[in-house]
Order: sequence, then structure tokens, then C-alpha cells
Amino acid sequence: MKARVHVMLKNGVLDPQGEAVRHALGSLGFEGVNGVRQGKVIELDLADGTDETTINQMCDKLLANTVIESYRVEML
Amino acid sequence: MKAAVIVFPGSNCDRDMAVALTAAGADVTMVWHKDSTLPNVDLVAVPGGFSFGDYLRCGAIAAKSPICKALVNHVERGGFALGVCNGFQVLTETGLLPGALMRNAGLKFVCKTSPLRVVTSNSAFTNGHNAGDIVAYPIAHHDGNYTIDANGMAALKGDDRIAFSYEDNPNGSVEDIAGILSENRRVLGMMPHPERAVDLGHGGTDGQALFRGLIGAFVQA
Repeated sequence: MKARVHVMLKNGVLDPQGEAVRHALGSLGFEGVNGVRQGKVIELDLADGTDETTINQMCDKLLANTVIESYRVEML
Repeated sequence: MKAAVIVFPGSNCDRDMAVALTAAGADVTMVWHKDSTLPNVDLVAVPGGFSFGDYLRCGAIAAKSPICKALVNHVERGGFALGVCNGFQVLTETGLLPGALMRNAGLKFVCKTSPLRVVTSNSAFTNGHNAGDIVAYPIAHHDGNYTIDANGMAALKGDDRIAFSYEDNPNGSVEDIAGILSENRRVLGMMPHPERAVDLGHGGTDGQALFRGLIGAFVQA
């Protein structure tokens, strides 16, 4: 089984990299890009039967820094 | 005073830290990240560098290494710890210090000598100074943009736990914070490098006061 973890900076935490991407899109002539948030996607190849609670623990303990990041687990 | 300096794969200020501690009079042992126990020491130093290549997040993998469990136990028993640069990132990732260090607001790696204000002299690390003193330490980091939520900030300020602040904020750090203390004031995490300012050949010796103060605290005790 596989799971995909999406890690994003929490709302309200300024994302300097997203801001830089937004500026770059503007300089390429793309108008109307009001905001860009950059995160990361982590794909996990897991033993069958791994429950979502365990995956959440993986996120809390390592994959995300919950001081500044939120995460969402997607079971594939 | 006995001190240990942790070495991770990718640490690059470990020997500088050992030299600075030794010069100030400490008896220094280097410990490897795979060790699960620390020697009997008063201080554990977590050095700068790029532990585990900064993979995932700066300090995140190092914070889960066997030696960091021993570090957490050491601090919980009232031991002293000093984390510089990547070491500060490791200390926040272990939860020994609050908040987090994000990518510099200007997105650039910043490498220069930075004037700092000593915000509190009430710690073994800063008692060689008066609050308000200005010192110059080198900084060299890409992820030094300290952030903390409003409650955490209120606690830091209310308990006088901001140790150093930037006079000329290089990274967007909230309230210009360069270094903070733990609740018991025995853990200091800071982005600037005192160990790179302890010899005239470094271009400055402002860092000596930090190491001498720290070691002096043990001599008196």
C-alpha cells in the first residue's frame, strides 16, 4: 500500500520561497497570480495494513514540523 | 568543566567548537551521532554545519539520532547545552527549545560578521556581559529566520529568555531574535557563531566571553 503526505507551511506563516515563485511568475508575464505557497509531497511505500494513526505519528514525529507546518495524508 | 561536542555526518563546526571550549578551559570529548549514551559531562555542544545534508528540514534527521535521545535526557536532568547554527536548528527540532528556524526571508545564504545585542545577562552563557552590550559574531546560514507563535513569544519575553538579538536583522527573524534560552536558562540556541570569534586570527574575540562565562559558572559552583 502507498500513502502520500502533503506538507505545507501553516496559514499565517510567511512563505518566502512561495513569494519568490510568485514574483518570478509575474516577471514571466503571468498576471493575476495573487499568492503562491510551496510545500512538499512525500510518498510512502508501506506494509499492507498500516493504519492511518501510524502514518499520522510518522508525520508528527518526523515528516512535518508541526510548529510551522500542517500535513494531510492521502491513502493511495 | 567537562563538555561533549556532538558530531553528525555533515557537521562542520565541531572542531571549532572543541577548540573554543578547550581554550576556555573545558575538558572536551567528541561524541558520534550513533552513540546512544553521553560521557559524564556538564555541557553538551551541538555544532554548526549541515547535518544529514539538511534533508527534510534543517536539523530534523539529526534530532532523531540516538545521541539526541541522550541529549534530551541530559537536559531533562538539568544539564547545560549550547546549540549553534545547525545546532540551534537541532535543538528546536528536538523540542528542547521552542519555535522553528525557517528559510531566510531574503532567500539567500548570509555569511558575514553581524553585530548582536546581548538582551539578557541572566544566564551562564551571557553573564560575562551587561544587557545591552553589543558583540560581533560571524553568521553563516540559509535557514536562520526564527519564528514562534504569539504565546511562545510572550513567554520568551516575559521570562527574559531572548539571549541575543540582531542589530541589523539579516534573515527576517521575528523580533530580530538571534538566540534564545530554555525555561531553566541552561540551554542556549543561537544562529551566530561565538566559536568563530575566539582568536585574533578570526578577526575578533567577542566570543571568548561566552565560553569563559560558561566555564566560570562551573568553577564557582
